[in-house]
Amino acid sequence: MKFKTFAAFVGPSLFLMFLFIAAPLVSVFAQSFYVTQQQFESVEVETCTPGFAAQICSTETKTRPILDENGEVITETKFVGLQSFVNVLQPDRALSALAAGNITEFLTIDFWKALRFTLTFTLITLPLAIGMGLAIAVVVNNTIRAIRGPVIFVSLLPFIITPVIGALSIRWLFIGDGIMTAFLEWWLERDIAMFAQGWTIEILMLFYRVWHVAPFAFVIFYAGLQTVNQDTLESAIIDGASRWERLRYVVIPHLMPLIIFISLIHLMDSYRVFEEIVGFSSQAHRISLQWLTYDFLTPDDSGNRSISRASASAMLTMVGIVILLYPLLLRTWRDHRRGRL
Amino acid sequence: MRLRTIAAAAVISLVATAAQADCAFENPTPVKLMSAGFQAWKVVADAMAECGNFEAELSQEFQAKQAAGFAAEPSLYHIGGVANSSLVPLLNEGIIRPLDDLVAQYGEDLSPNQLISFDGQIMAIAMMVNAQHLMYREDILNDLGIPVPATYEEVLAAAEKIEQAGVVDYPLGGTWSTTWLEFVNMYLGYGGEFFAEGNQPAVANDQGIAALEMMKRLTAYMDPEYLVSDSTYVQQQFQQGRIALANLWASRAGAMDDPNESQVVGLVKMASAPAPVEGGIPASTLWWDGIVIASNITDEEAEAAFQVALEGMDADMVQANNDIAVWLVDGYQPGPAAEGAAATAAAGAKPYPASVPMGLMQTAIANNIADYLTGAKDAATTLADIEADYLTSAREAGLVR
Repeated sequence: MKFKTFAAFVGPSLFLMFLFIAAPLVSVFAQSFYVTQQQFESVEVETCTPGFAAQICSTETKTRPILDENGEVITETKFVGLQSFVNVLQPDRALSALAAGNITEFLTIDFWKALRFTLTFTLITLPLAIGMGLAIAVVVNNTIRAIRGPVIFVSLLPFIITPVIGALSIRWLFIGDGIMTAFLEWWLERDIAMFAQGWTIEILMLFYRVWHVAPFAFVIFYAGLQTVNQDTLESAIIDGASRWERLRYVVIPHLMPLIIFISLIHLMDSYRVFEEIVGFSSQAHRISLQWLTYDFLTPDDSGNRSISRASASAMLTMVGIVILLYPLLLRTWRDHRRGRL
Repeated sequence: MRLRTIAAAAVISLVATAAQADCAFENPTPVKLMSAGFQAWKVVADAMAECGNFEAELSQEFQAKQAAGFAAEPSLYHIGGVANSSLVPLLNEGIIRPLDDLVAQYGEDLSPNQLISFDGQIMAIAMMVNAQHLMYREDILNDLGIPVPATYEEVLAAAEKIEQAGVVDYPLGGTWSTTWLEFVNMYLGYGGEFFAEGNQPAVANDQGIAALEMMKRLTAYMDPEYLVSDSTYVQQQFQQGRIALANLWASRAGAMDDPNESQVVGLVKMASAPAPVEGGIPASTLWWDGIVIASNITDEEAEAAFQVALEGMDADMVQANNDIAVWLVDGYQPGPAAEGAAATAAAGAKPYPASVPMGLMQTAIANNIADYLTGAKDAATTLADIEADYLTSAREAGLVR
């Protein structure tokens, strides 16, 4: 292909990627080193608010931002270096808790609590999602052709449902005396409260994520299974390979590039876990890194938000994803080079 | 708002009508309202729409939208629906206008109690008040011979008796998905102050410890899933007869007697929020909801908007929707649902102390208290961590040097 044709095809998407991915990233990176503050003054204000029968008036000292002559809040942006990262990571408290060997205390610090959950969530769902996807793909591949269509359709359903809606449905099945909780209570003959402690909510979240993403792995693996070399499979049968041995030594090596592809996508997706936190309203028990960024960014009742810490937290999340993906990317790169040589 | 799920955030309704039914004046200019989306705002928005040329956006995310929309030139909205806390950012950024002239010209039907003023300038008009107060199952308390609890010690004693009798699933209910508010209420009830000189935090004290310990004692009688139970959940627990006592919003009282939803019609009564200290003030705060008018609009638009807003909260609207809220508007007949809120106010509950530092304090409390209730931290550490978290964000915001 001529370079000009190539550039014409790739150019627009490169431009958009630069505009919508690279530029915001650079901006967030820069913002994590700056803090914008409003200038405040303390004034005595007489405030009257409604009571039931009569007004309640009181004079109190209020801290409020200073407005300039145009009625704009006076703000000042200053370079603070790594202060926002320190505020997010809280290294002093984290180190002293670790030095004392107090893991519980260490895990009450927001960032580390979020990191612990995010990593567990990502690393546990990864093998489960791939395993489930592969299992469904193999089963569907072995069912008779007539019912294959409906089976594929049903298997894909969880993937089609909007994540938040899916999470809410599962929450409603289990919260309070939801249908599933009531069933479990009847079956196990004991009182069960799934949302009373962190680990049960965590199990529900893991279950939900695997249920939601396994169909994606299934579709990819199912497509991959259609390209397995039938001659190799037949010779394996002649050699006396069992069903399991055929899967282990013929099918899985053939699907390996797809497994790596799905792992990459899954790691990126689940490290950004967010819908589960909101859907299961688990903030009191479990938070994720993405939720932490969101929490910094959401204005509180008085309109305060912490853009610097949100930027720092977003950068840390990105660094985390890069570290997680590094081994897989390295492997892909090596395969790629070997293929070329 | 972290208090509400994203699903609930999808509750946005657009009301636009050309019909001019019962409006006293014909609205000449287009007027837009942005407010929260609960029931009272829906009926008020409908009443405003009667004047024509009116559009309402009711959204759970109204706070974020309001601040940005009002700051635009010209403002994207004319009328804003606010409460104690959501008024603070609008007031601080100077994007709402003083209403003294408009009140003098058009506000003859307003009662003085509705006017919210700062340094003598009227900045907002309130339409309703709200407070958390005690709701109790009268039949259960009577059967067991328990007097209506006035202090939290009595609440615990009552809860113990109810638990022994086994008449409900859980003696107590509580909207503890917003633990920060429960703590604020309890801490104020113990007579605590949140800030010292220069916006320094001041919660690590005996009152703080007492408030936390009382909260933990209450959880023993609650649904173990209390950290995820919000107002709607507690309301349903009441309606399904699963709890006997709860400190719940006055705006939820009407639903207890709704025969379509409730199995306990006529059995739930209201009283003042209990006091943590014998003879002290109740552990509750007073909230109001009302309207503000944007700065960045023309005076003609402001006049039209103000008249439309008053039309939305007039006596006709209140008469048609008497039991939805505790209205401040003339013509409101205080029903049984208003008793608890009125008693709470009479017992000395304070208005919610909304301010810029309080917003940061709220977040610090919210992020730490669950760890105390689940046992990951002790009370003293929790309070120290609240102060540390507050200081981090206050330094970042420039509130504390």
